[in-house]
Amino acid sequence: MRRWLTDLSLGVRLSVGGGRSGWARLALIADGVGLGVTMLLVAASIPPVLDARTDRAAARSVESGQTLTPGAPTLLTAEVRSVFHDAAINGRLLQPESDDAPLPPGVTRQLAPGDVVLSPALERLLASDDGAALRGRWGDRVVGTIGAEGLAGAGELTFYLGTDRLTDETANRIQSFGGATTPEEGLSPVLMLLALVGIVVLLLPVAIFVSTAVRFGSESRDRRLAAVRLVGADVGATRRIAAGETLAAAVLGLAVGGLLYLAVRQTAGYLVPGNLSFYPADFRPVPALAALVVVLVPVTTVLVTLSALRQVLVEPLGVVRRGSERRRRLWWRLVFPVLGLVLLHPLVTGLDDALGTQVMIVAGLVLLLTGVALVLPWLVEATVRRLGPGGVAWDLAVRRLQLDSDTAVRAVSGIAVSVAGLIALQGLVGAIGALTAGSQADTSTYQASVLDISGGAGADEVWARELAQARGVTAVGTLTSVWAAPDGPSGGSGGADDEGLLIDSGTCEVLAQEAQLDSCADGDVFVVLPDGATAPAPGSEFLLGGSRQGGSDDGGDGAGAGALAPWTLPASAKEVAPPEGGVTALNGGGPPRILVTPGALDGASLEPMSVTTYVALDPAEPDALDHLRTAAAQVDPVAYASPIEQRGISAALGGIRQVLLVGTVALLVMIGASMLVNVVEQLRERRRLLAVLVAFGTRQRTLSGSVLFQVAIPVVLGLALAVVTGSVLALALQVAVQAPLRFDWVGVGTTSGAAALVVLLTTAAGLPLLWRLTRPEGLRSE
Amino acid sequence: MTVGHALLGLLEGGPAHGYDLKRSYDERFGQDRPLAYGQVYSTLARLLKNGLVEVEAEPGAGPERKKYAITQAGVSDVAAWLAQPEKPEPYLQSTLYTKVVLALLTGHDADDLLDTQRAEHLRLMRDLTRRRDTGDLADQLICDHALFHLEADLRWLEVTAARVQQLAAQVRG
Amino acid sequence: MADEPLLIAENLQLSFGSTTALEHATAEVHAGEVLALMGPSGSGKSTLLHCMAGILLPDAGRVTYAGRDLTAMHDDERSALRRTEFGFVFQFGQLVPELTCLENVALPLRLGGASRRAALRSAEAWLERLEVSDVAGKRPGQASGGQGQRVAVARALVTRPKVVFADEPTGALDTVNGDRVMQLFVAAARDTGAAVVLVTHEPRVAAHSDREAVVRDGRVRQQELVR
Repeated sequence: MRRWLTDLSLGVRLSVGGGRSGWARLALIADGVGLGVTMLLVAASIPPVLDARTDRAAARSVESGQTLTPGAPTLLTAEVRSVFHDAAINGRLLQPESDDAPLPPGVTRQLAPGDVVLSPALERLLASDDGAALRGRWGDRVVGTIGAEGLAGAGELTFYLGTDRLTDETANRIQSFGGATTPEEGLSPVLMLLALVGIVVLLLPVAIFVSTAVRFGSESRDRRLAAVRLVGADVGATRRIAAGETLAAAVLGLAVGGLLYLAVRQTAGYLVPGNLSFYPADFRPVPALAALVVVLVPVTTVLVTLSALRQVLVEPLGVVRRGSERRRRLWWRLVFPVLGLVLLHPLVTGLDDALGTQVMIVAGLVLLLTGVALVLPWLVEATVRRLGPGGVAWDLAVRRLQLDSDTAVRAVSGIAVSVAGLIALQGLVGAIGALTAGSQADTSTYQASVLDISGGAGADEVWARELAQARGVTAVGTLTSVWAAPDGPSGGSGGADDEGLLIDSGTCEVLAQEAQLDSCADGDVFVVLPDGATAPAPGSEFLLGGSRQGGSDDGGDGAGAGALAPWTLPASAKEVAPPEGGVTALNGGGPPRILVTPGALDGASLEPMSVTTYVALDPAEPDALDHLRTAAAQVDPVAYASPIEQRGISAALGGIRQVLLVGTVALLVMIGASMLVNVVEQLRERRRLLAVLVAFGTRQRTLSGSVLFQVAIPVVLGLALAVVTGSVLALALQVAVQAPLRFDWVGVGTTSGAAALVVLLTTAAGLPLLWRLTRPEGLRSE
Repeated sequence: MTVGHALLGLLEGGPAHGYDLKRSYDERFGQDRPLAYGQVYSTLARLLKNGLVEVEAEPGAGPERKKYAITQAGVSDVAAWLAQPEKPEPYLQSTLYTKVVLALLTGHDADDLLDTQRAEHLRLMRDLTRRRDTGDLADQLICDHALFHLEADLRWLEVTAARVQQLAAQVRG
Repeated sequence: MADEPLLIAENLQLSFGSTTALEHATAEVHAGEVLALMGPSGSGKSTLLHCMAGILLPDAGRVTYAGRDLTAMHDDERSALRRTEFGFVFQFGQLVPELTCLENVALPLRLGGASRRAALRSAEAWLERLEVSDVAGKRPGQASGGQGQRVAVARALVTRPKVVFADEPTGALDTVNGDRVMQLFVAAARDTGAAVVLVTHEPRVAAHSDREAVVRDGRVRQQELVR
């Protein structure tokens, strides 16, 4: 034990007593380990952030379906979902029914109709030049700011708007905010999968990076150990000394990581999209996880050091590399990815949210991605051995790689693993996006729609009038939906029409949004038949204008019960297919719908259940959509305005993409840093040789070229391997979420392109050092 | 007694005439100074007197055609000579030493002395190097011997010059 | 020696920070001549060599090679000059460890634009000439120190340079190996007509030269005495 301590402390002393190069090595390892520690601590801080967000979201949640009498301190409230550019803005309408009605957290006063309180982020957005198309969307009587306790995060865009137009039917009546109203919402298997893949993809490279960082400058360390051997240390002692050295660096790395983490904590809240933002105070690691990081990182670094030392023989007279002449074997390296693929089979055979499945998938991902790191050295060695001669720069690089590709590969394996993971992740995100988007909607006539589900008499005219005035709106068309209840004996046979169905009326242009019409003229009637639905028989009779639950019980109460109009499905009705790529097409099934042109209703004036206003936008007006949203909100804040063409992915996925992007950038920066260290280290080690080559009159171009090739060859191989692995994984994940299989060329291109760019930049950043090292001072004998 | 021992050593290979002895001596050892014929005979005469060699008379031959052979006593004398270490040359009274001390005493520049001497030494060393590089093994061994000694002289001079400067600095300081 | 010197260094002045490395250093080499630069460690002899070879630029003074002023040349020009007209041998660590000895020797030719095949062919001839053909396929790490230096000499001479600069070429070798390397080196240089600037502190190595110049405290002494 005493010997252990002596040797360890000797190692610590050696690491800091080694003069400038010793300190440099120590600093490099500490920075590397520190970066890794930061990433791990950040990951460990995510659960508390989510918890805090969930807690605050729960505190302002609204429990629906309560039976309360108006007046006793109650409040009517309805949710408003809006979007500005790509950011979701979710707010609430408040209609207090007494002076002591409950106040949502963070709001200090009751709101009169038209009063609005904003979250600070929304306030800033409204005040900015960017926010022009948003101004006035919820009136302009801003009476306050929502306090932090009422917001999920600092960047959240939300508001409370006072109103007097809510009714029992359109709103919830509550006595207090919050409470255990939101049922514990389990993540869907798809999102769970996304989270698991994300965590593995972002954290595995960190592990690789840390283990790479520990080996920074190990060659000079080995020489130092040889000197210690010369004065009588045995092999065990050298191991302990090396362990002590690494330990010192790792502890320093923990400190660096802690500091960096504090810095990240202050800034990270602003880097994530507004709706995922959080308060720095919530950003603190789970104590158990933090303790794990503090213990496991130093232990891991020491283990890596010891295993690296097994590869070399530290003899008193120098260092001998073991088995450098031995060719790498492929088979055991393949065990990992193959085992990983086997473990991932639930992806293809079917997913459930059982813990066992999750463990299998995480283990499978880790094994598969680790497999990339394991197969890469073999791949590089096997490839480099076969590379033919080329120019001098090429030859120098290839020969160097042939002799020792370890160092180069070590740096690249992090990149390969990250890129493979990111490609898989992006494939998955893209597939989920494709799954949720109605992709090929027809946008030739109309580009946006506003859905008003409250309807009411004359609503269609109001919408058409108001929206036509919005900036950037060139044309409007309304589709009014009325409920058609089966009428009389003809409907008695059972089938879909038993329960009634929706009859949508609009011009031919509007109806074209709802079905694939070959020809259309006023007076035509169409039956839209989704797969598996049975068409109502021609001649079926309906009563139009009721409400859905509208049987005989509530019918009397309904707003327009008196205006029921009998209508018969004409024999001339044509059966048509749902719109291509439309939501109905994806969902399959569903009840049939009847589309009618105004002429087919004989001018019956019916109270619509809902109104969909289709809007044509001026492509020259970039903010037309947001002006439309604002105009719509001014008519009815609850109406939902959206573009017809889903913008690829939904807002939530957009957020995930952004987080992914931040993660990718952080990862690439980290990898870039380690690449830079590697390049610098290799250059330093060869400074004398470089100086000699320059003395010989070697062009700098040749030297830079050889450095570049030396980095580029493993990187290209690594990226190729990563693209293959990542794509296979992406396809498996797409199968898992039952998305259409597609190869995300753009995603693969950008990810691997960005990685290649990082490599190029770091190598380029190393070149000035090359110029400096090749100055003649390098010729002086040491 | 070196020439005597050398001749005795040569005779161990087999009896030889005086003239042959001179020739093989010159070949092996007489790089710069060939042995005088007279010296061969006077040395042989002394060895004969001491019983270290004997004469194998050849019929009908004059004194010049005498063939000498080593005796048992001669063999053991050579062995004893080889076994006895040579006294290392102390070089304590070299001229160079004297010059340096005098230069120091008279305030001359010791570096100049060194440079001049080095030029002279190097001139000789160059000749020796050339001869060594073109000569046979014997040449190489002999020349190397001389080269090492000359180099040693120069090294000593250099060290001394460095010390002299130190000393001078001390004196001045 | 009546002809114009091939390489002249005049009044070179150079300091690194506060330490003066060269002070009015003057030296010259004639075509085909072997000049030994001697002097104690730290005297500035290597710095003088680097200046004469156009690796270092002096703060003041002039280096003229075949009538061309090295100190006025652009860096690329000097690089090209070193590539084509000069050769170099250092004490150690000058061979590219990943390349075989043969490829190391061929390297300067390839840097000069020769085809790989032609470069390897002349490299082979030079290895033979320096009696190290047996290490042609080995990497420098697998050759002995003496063999390595001979490979380095072959590499310095393979471009048939006009001047070879050698900085303690035998410094890391024992006497026998060092002598052999010097012998082969000087002989080969004389055959090709190359001048040699040889930095050494060993008189025995300097004895291979035609003439010596002694550097002390950044000045060249012997030069003044010869005149």
